[in-house]
Amino acid sequence: MTSVDSQVSPEIASQAAEALDRLNEHTLKTVHWHFSDDTGSPFWLEKKAELNFDPLTDVKSFDDLKKFPLFEDDWLRGGPVRRWVPQGHAGKPTYVFETGGTTGVPKSRVVIEDHWKDYELFSDTLPDEHFPRGSNWLMLGPSGPRRLRLAVEHLAQHRDGICFCIDLDPRWVVKLIKKGWMEHLEEYKKHCVDQAVTVLTAGHDIKCMFTTPKLLESLSEALEERGTSIQEVGIKGIFSGGTEFTPQWTRFCVEEMLGGPAEDGGVFMTPTYGNTLMGLACSKPITAADGYKISYHAPQPRAATEVVEFDDYNQVVGYGKTGRVKLYTLTDEFFVPGFMERDEGEREMPFAKFPWDGVSGVRPFHELATATTVGVY
Amino acid sequence: MITLSPLRWGKPYESLDFHDVVHFDTGAPIAKVGQVGGGVVAKDLRKAYKAREALLKYSTGELIEMSIKAAELFENGTLSVGDSQQSVDDFVHQQSASTGLPEHMCRSNMVKNSFVLKNMGQILDCLTRGLDLSILSNGYGEEGRGVIVSYQAQTPILGAVLPNNSPGVHTLWLPAIPLQIGLALKPGSQEPWTPYRMVSAYIAAGVPAEAFGLYPGGHDAGGAIMTKTERSMIFGSAQTVAQHAGNPRVQAHGPGFSKILLGDDIVDDWESYLDVMVESVLSNSGRSCINCSGIWASRHTREIAAAIAKEIGPVDVKPPTDPDSQLAAFTVAAMATGTYGMVQQDLAESGVTDLTAEFGDKLIERDHCAYLRPMVVHADSPDRAVASKEYMFPFVSVVECPQAEMLRRIGPTLVGTVITADKQLIAAAGACTHIDRVNIGPIPTNRLNWLQPHEGNIIDFLFRSRAYQVADLPVAAAV
Repeated sequence: MTSVDSQVSPEIASQAAEALDRLNEHTLKTVHWHFSDDTGSPFWLEKKAELNFDPLTDVKSFDDLKKFPLFEDDWLRGGPVRRWVPQGHAGKPTYVFETGGTTGVPKSRVVIEDHWKDYELFSDTLPDEHFPRGSNWLMLGPSGPRRLRLAVEHLAQHRDGICFCIDLDPRWVVKLIKKGWMEHLEEYKKHCVDQAVTVLTAGHDIKCMFTTPKLLESLSEALEERGTSIQEVGIKGIFSGGTEFTPQWTRFCVEEMLGGPAEDGGVFMTPTYGNTLMGLACSKPITAADGYKISYHAPQPRAATEVVEFDDYNQVVGYGKTGRVKLYTLTDEFFVPGFMERDEGEREMPFAKFPWDGVSGVRPFHELATATTVGVY
Repeated sequence: MITLSPLRWGKPYESLDFHDVVHFDTGAPIAKVGQVGGGVVAKDLRKAYKAREALLKYSTGELIEMSIKAAELFENGTLSVGDSQQSVDDFVHQQSASTGLPEHMCRSNMVKNSFVLKNMGQILDCLTRGLDLSILSNGYGEEGRGVIVSYQAQTPILGAVLPNNSPGVHTLWLPAIPLQIGLALKPGSQEPWTPYRMVSAYIAAGVPAEAFGLYPGGHDAGGAIMTKTERSMIFGSAQTVAQHAGNPRVQAHGPGFSKILLGDDIVDDWESYLDVMVESVLSNSGRSCINCSGIWASRHTREIAAAIAKEIGPVDVKPPTDPDSQLAAFTVAAMATGTYGMVQQDLAESGVTDLTAEFGDKLIERDHCAYLRPMVVHADSPDRAVASKEYMFPFVSVVECPQAEMLRRIGPTLVGTVITADKQLIAAAGACTHIDRVNIGPIPTNRLNWLQPHEGNIIDFLFRSRAYQVADLPVAAAV
């Protein structure tokens, strides 16, 4: 990762340097854990034999992760799933979470406590005035074998609340779209949103929720048809993710669904960016003055993102320049030394709250965009 | 560079997302079009009734007068379009630059749209078979037979997902306004010009701006229009049409598979109809659903194909400003290469012959676009796959088929020109449900009489005829 240049204040530059030190230290620790015989996972210990370097001696910094070949998500398809469990965590209760899988074998990631830790860290970024502690939550998003449902529930519990959930199967949604069964799609969406409306209007003191942008739209519409609104049913804070956010959508959301900016009494909404591999990247607070620009910053040092050149995935682009999003996961449960996301965006500067690089304008990688079904739920 | 903003019931909306419309040949940006998502559309459509309320403040007669005024403004005026003043020449340059259509064809389409506006009174008179239009406004009325007639509006607005590259189709939604039905339109990404200029002309002519929604955007904007309006039109492929088949809320317009059928009684004299055939195939660069894609006859088919090929085979790419330019560009080059690949497959079948082979390369590739030059193929039987094909360039198959089998085998045919004096064939063509618009005699398929319905009568689509009975109260109601 390139060091912060002279474009930021000396104070931020100093914070960024400290963050980089922490990242380097964390990288060393993580690599040693995953490649030591007594703690590493069978997958990485086997992979070690194929490498032309020794991770235990040749990785001295975050930048040295570039010595690894790119992580291939196809490695996550099929079993045995236990090969991903680090020996250091042997015997602990283990979850498996899946992504994809509308057709064929889904990608599986094992998790022990990472989803709890990620969301506890995320909780620290949520403002209490908009996500009041002790209030209940609604999880209106993909359920089943996905980590999101359990993670959001844990977030609610971590903040002393109880989480209400709706069943939503995104694989069925993708099938409906591919079959062109748009009426069924609408009915399924309505089926989910109707349940959410019922829960929200049943006196459960729900003040916070997770949902996807499309479901938020549908929920807002359903409430408006019933003569009420997201604000009027008592929601104070929403964290949203799962599909692409654009500044225009965010502006529409703030101005026309959430009762205006949170500082003027509207519902607070924070976009997030993440997946089963990485966890959750938070966004810099969005404002009208900043053109509703959305910048994400990974939960460093447990995960990091870079924006890299389209033709050289080891070369980070300059600040403000466009490139493909590259992801690293560095926890003691899961190790991803560089995975090329299916997204592109612009590299963002560190700032006080997150003194490391971020990415803005995230959208499907242009070379894959036409082949990808995005924004399905 | 002109900037076009979404219009939300007459109010321009400054979007944060823009789509660049680029010149088909150079790739240079020529317009920025603000985009909205499905959420904005859905939000607005909840207030669609206001569009009709605004139009109901004016009589249909007044709105017809405004349409006539709008015709003049659309065809000859300088109008406020987006953030610019747009003259007729500006419009023609812009439309040609983004669609790849030669400028003289853009002007022809402009005249066609203007004609419909100008003749709106007569068109509605014909489509309603002389109904007093106040009956549509009030929902019921008397026609002098001592029986109430009632036509109930099925929707306050007509939605439309408009095409990218066919400026002629806009005639289809224009009658909505004098029928006091508002419009929610998603303009094509490369052809925002006609809907924007038309709406501007209507507003300048006095139609309330609240009657119009213009929602440029992606698939979800179009999807919202289709799912949230009670009546909508969509323009697309055969697959799009199939997807909406049987849905009374949607009028789907796709390929036309328009054809010319030569009767046995006149086919020996086929040369007399060569001009009709050539015009039907070549006009508007073969892009329209009303262009002829099949010519069917029982004999002389190879000679007919060779004669058409001799006329249109030499047609080559010319600058769009050239008044003799006959070919439109494929603004997405891959569409041309893909189409050409499909044609090659058609030609590989035994019994199919390319009569234009001697006129040089067909696929002309440029940096940012591509062209396909005219092709005429001969099929020795309706069994050949090419007999039922239609492509977006001047392409026709001349199919050998006994007259007795023709009407059974032609398949869906938007415009069927049947050239014959054989009364039996004429009667059979009139009864043939494959054919939508039937022309008896040498009428080019592209020459439509707008006083007659096209792909269904818009009156029947927007209004429902029903019973409406009235009885006096035995006691006067308290006021």
